[in-house]
Amino acid sequence: MIGKPAGESRFGHARHVVRVAVLFASGFVTFLLVRQALVPADFGAYGFYRGGALGDAASLPITFAGQAACVDCHDAVVQARHGSKHERVRCEACHGALAQHASGDVAAKPKTLNPRTLCLTCHVKSSGKPEGFPQIVPADHAEEGPCTACHQPHAPRIG
Amino acid sequence: MDQDRRDFLLNAGKLIVLTGAASLAWDSVLAGTPETAPNYRATDHWWGMIIDIDECIGCGNCVRACKAENHVPTDEPGCYRTWVERYQVPVDDLDRPRVDSPNGGYDGFPVIDQPGEGIKSFFVPKLCNHCVHSPCVQVCPVGATFDGPDGVVLIDKSRCVGCRYCVQACPYGCRFIDPRTKTADKCTLCYHRITKGLTTACCEACPTGARQLVDLKNPKDPVHEFLRTHKVHVLKPHMATGAKVYYNALDGAVR
Repeated sequence: MIGKPAGESRFGHARHVVRVAVLFASGFVTFLLVRQALVPADFGAYGFYRGGALGDAASLPITFAGQAACVDCHDAVVQARHGSKHERVRCEACHGALAQHASGDVAAKPKTLNPRTLCLTCHVKSSGKPEGFPQIVPADHAEEGPCTACHQPHAPRIG
Repeated sequence: MDQDRRDFLLNAGKLIVLTGAASLAWDSVLAGTPETAPNYRATDHWWGMIIDIDECIGCGNCVRACKAENHVPTDEPGCYRTWVERYQVPVDDLDRPRVDSPNGGYDGFPVIDQPGEGIKSFFVPKLCNHCVHSPCVQVCPVGATFDGPDGVVLIDKSRCVGCRYCVQACPYGCRFIDPRTKTADKCTLCYHRITKGLTTACCEACPTGARQLVDLKNPKDPVHEFLRTHKVHVLKPHMATGAKVYYNALDGAVR
């Protein structure tokens, strides 16, 4: 058995324990502070992600106005399209993205459409298109000239 | 002494429960309310999409609309949030379809007047499947990719470190690295539109109605009738990802 050195109290080694405890505590506090600084406050609000990211994604500006916005003003076109083969085609499918126009910016006009290439984007005969879909071989149907010479785009059936 | 022990246990139990409750409450205080669109409650929705292959004409309108709406680079290769593939399947060799997707279908498809004998051909539009059990979410080490309370898989670009784990994890190849920010990017199901009551840009631009945004939590959504009356399928069901993009008339040759 090893004897106690003379003059040392029973708790003489306590300061070593205190030192370790202080080191550990300060390390823990540092960790908490660093974590507080690096992890966004709303992280984990709904899951393992930053809650505000949902709002960020939702708050981006739109480019396509949506069919409802077009129908609000353009009554004549709605009438022309009524019952036609193109009734279900949404305006911006051909006229392009027009959110700026719909939000009241009169300068943002729809671009002028090419009445030949635009129609052929959909209606050129090609393998892969569904059977019932109206397709033409341009060379046989109308070699050149605008499709609008015969077809009205808002109600394309002739006669 | 028995009474003391009981008191101690009761008090300790209260302390533990109350501390837990308090920390939960404090979490919500810190979180605040996300700036979502007014009148939009994420928990009221469960978004998905229906794609009717019998209606797709391969015009590429969806690809162009998506890039315009979401400012996806058009001059860099491989940047597509949605794209269209054309399948040419020899009926005597169903396992080896020819697939082309020039520029993702952005410029349409080169005309094939004569597909050849014994070839069946169709178009398959693809996008993020907004899986319920998304592999991409599971592998993200920093919580940058997540599935929201409305079933939309999103990316928090401010947290993404560009490690590309998710790009590899997605079985559908729906993700890419945005060359401008070097962070992961993919379809958000036009989250900024659907939270405002609009449909996605691709659905807005689709001339045939081949693509339809659906809300599976809305009992009035026509999706329920569609799912009941059509034989639908998801891509790679064996991956058990819980994909929410339902395809009508999907051929077995599609990968």
